[in-house]
Amino acid sequence: MPEPANNTPLTAAMAADITLDVNGARHTLHLDVRTTLLDALRDHLGLTGTKKGCDLGQCGACTVLVDGRPVVSCLTLAATQQGRAVTTIEGLERDGKLHPVQEAFIEHDAFQCGYCTPGQIMAAVGLLNEGVPTTDAAIRERMSGNLCRCGAYVNIVEAVKAAAAMATPDQKG
Amino acid sequence: MHPFAYTAAQTPQDVTTRGSHPPHPDILAGGTDLLQLLKERVRTPAELIDINGLDLGGIDEKNGCLRVGALVRMSELAADPRVTRDWPVVSKALLDSASAQVRNMASIAGNLLQRTRCPYFRDATTPCNKRDPGTGCSALDGLNRTHAILGTSDRCIAAHPSDLAVALVALDARISILGPDGEDEVAVENLHRLPGDTPHMETVLQPGDLITAIHIPASECARRSHYVKVRDRASFEWALVSAAVGLDMDGGTISDARVAVGGVGTKPWRLRTVESLLIGKAPGPQVFKAAADRAADGAQPRGGNAYKVELLKHTVTRALMELGGCA
Ligand SMILES: Cc1cc2nc3c(=O)[nH]c(=O)nc-3n(C[C@H](O)[C@H](O)[C@H](O)COP(=O)(O)OP(=O)(O)OC[C@H]3O[C@@H](n4cnc5c(N)ncnc54)[C@H](O)[C@@H]3O)c2cc1C
Ligand code: SF4
Ligand code: FES
Ligand code: FES
Repeated sequence: MPEPANNTPLTAAMAADITLDVNGARHTLHLDVRTTLLDALRDHLGLTGTKKGCDLGQCGACTVLVDGRPVVSCLTLAATQQGRAVTTIEGLERDGKLHPVQEAFIEHDAFQCGYCTPGQIMAAVGLLNEGVPTTDAAIRERMSGNLCRCGAYVNIVEAVKAAAAMATPDQKG
Repeated sequence: MHPFAYTAAQTPQDVTTRGSHPPHPDILAGGTDLLQLLKERVRTPAELIDINGLDLGGIDEKNGCLRVGALVRMSELAADPRVTRDWPVVSKALLDSASAQVRNMASIAGNLLQRTRCPYFRDATTPCNKRDPGTGCSALDGLNRTHAILGTSDRCIAAHPSDLAVALVALDARISILGPDGEDEVAVENLHRLPGDTPHMETVLQPGDLITAIHIPASECARRSHYVKVRDRASFEWALVSAAVGLDMDGGTISDARVAVGGVGTKPWRLRTVESLLIGKAPGPQVFKAAADRAADGAQPRGGNAYKVELLKHTVTRALMELGGCA
């Protein structure tokens, strides 16, 4: 458990047993209730595919799916996620086969450094789950919460369009 | 984050009872604003009370009014086919807000109660009357490009950031409140206070008050309505200026009009003078421009935000032109 940032001692109500369902597996963790879903995934479950950029909801690097919908895990307290299904980038592949969005990102060279990529892919999977039209304008608007400092946007849009054409329902996240 | 205790409310009364007694826990809904404030140590509550397990969802249409549960998420309300058909300004204001991820998390009650984006308010190391009463206002002579020009005081010039609230004020929406002493209803327009000498007191809510629902009446102005948001980038950015407009037509004349604006007021700002200048006229560029010319009446710009006076008039004109089919 991370140390509190000041000297206030933690009382019993400041820590809790929290059960998370991540990529189909259940984990019970004893956590400081301040722990975000992002920190629980990375620091307590070792799922470091989900990235921390701004930690304030402004970059999308930490995007995961909760019950199939993209959310920013940095503004989500782990304690509020009990009974919900969390999907991270590690949970997208099926039987060793990459998700169509992952394939499309590779095919279309939709990244440079790769730091924003897990968040981009999770946001794109969420977008495709919704079944909204995937015009260039709609993709740009619906994925505006995911910043890419390398500026790979043009290829990201191409990848998402290609994935929309490829995706089959059983491959959705 | 300062350490806090966490409890999940089992009933609305848990919230009203605990909330009205020390240590006055902060209510946690989607957490998209509260988590930012906790991380920046702008809020340091001893306790959070999580309301997400309460039965405060659901969108129902009854007697010409849309009832929206406090915990309905922004994305859910924006996509509701009744809303896109009969309250388009609400859907547009929501879709122009934040990101897809944030809209999936954020509740509509939390949206109305989100705190200002004034950068000094969110930086706990600078003086700010809203965060720490009596310490002074860093924005008065500081960086104030994004700040308000209407409803300001010499203690605070922070703009209210919600897009949804602007649409709701235009449409005479009301909120239901459950408090320690029972239920109450208040117009969204009267929810927020002007800063005056007490900018830290932002709303009429009392400790222990829980917003349970929002009611949005149907009207011809709601059916023919529109939202225009002007910002520094095309998406995922708060408004510099925004306008929610609605028009009801009787033959060739405007029989009712609604105009409210965002990004410029210390609270969501209704422009009744502009509305009255539209009513009884035939819609057209001249009429729209003449009415919108009065949009900034009473404005008190500071150094950095003086551009908002003209931008406000243009934004109202553009919203009316687009709605009236002139653009
Ligand atoms: C990156 C980013 C970009 C954004 N861009 C925009 C934008 O462009 N336009 C816009 O309008 N907004 C924007 N927002 C703000 C966002 O819409 C709000 O943070 C959100 O709506 C708050 O809702 P919530 O449920 O997450 O509230 P919380 O963060 O959980 O709570 C906010 C406040 O409301 C109180 N509260 C919540 N529910 C109730 C209730 N039922 N009764 C009483 N009190 C309650 C809480 O105690 C807290 O004080 C943005 C947010 C982020 C993170
Ligand atoms: S404008 Fe208001 S919120 Fe911003 S620094 Fe001044 S008092 Fe604080
Ligand atoms: S790390 Fe969560 S949005 Fe940036
Ligand atoms: S690939 Fe480097 S930030 Fe997007």
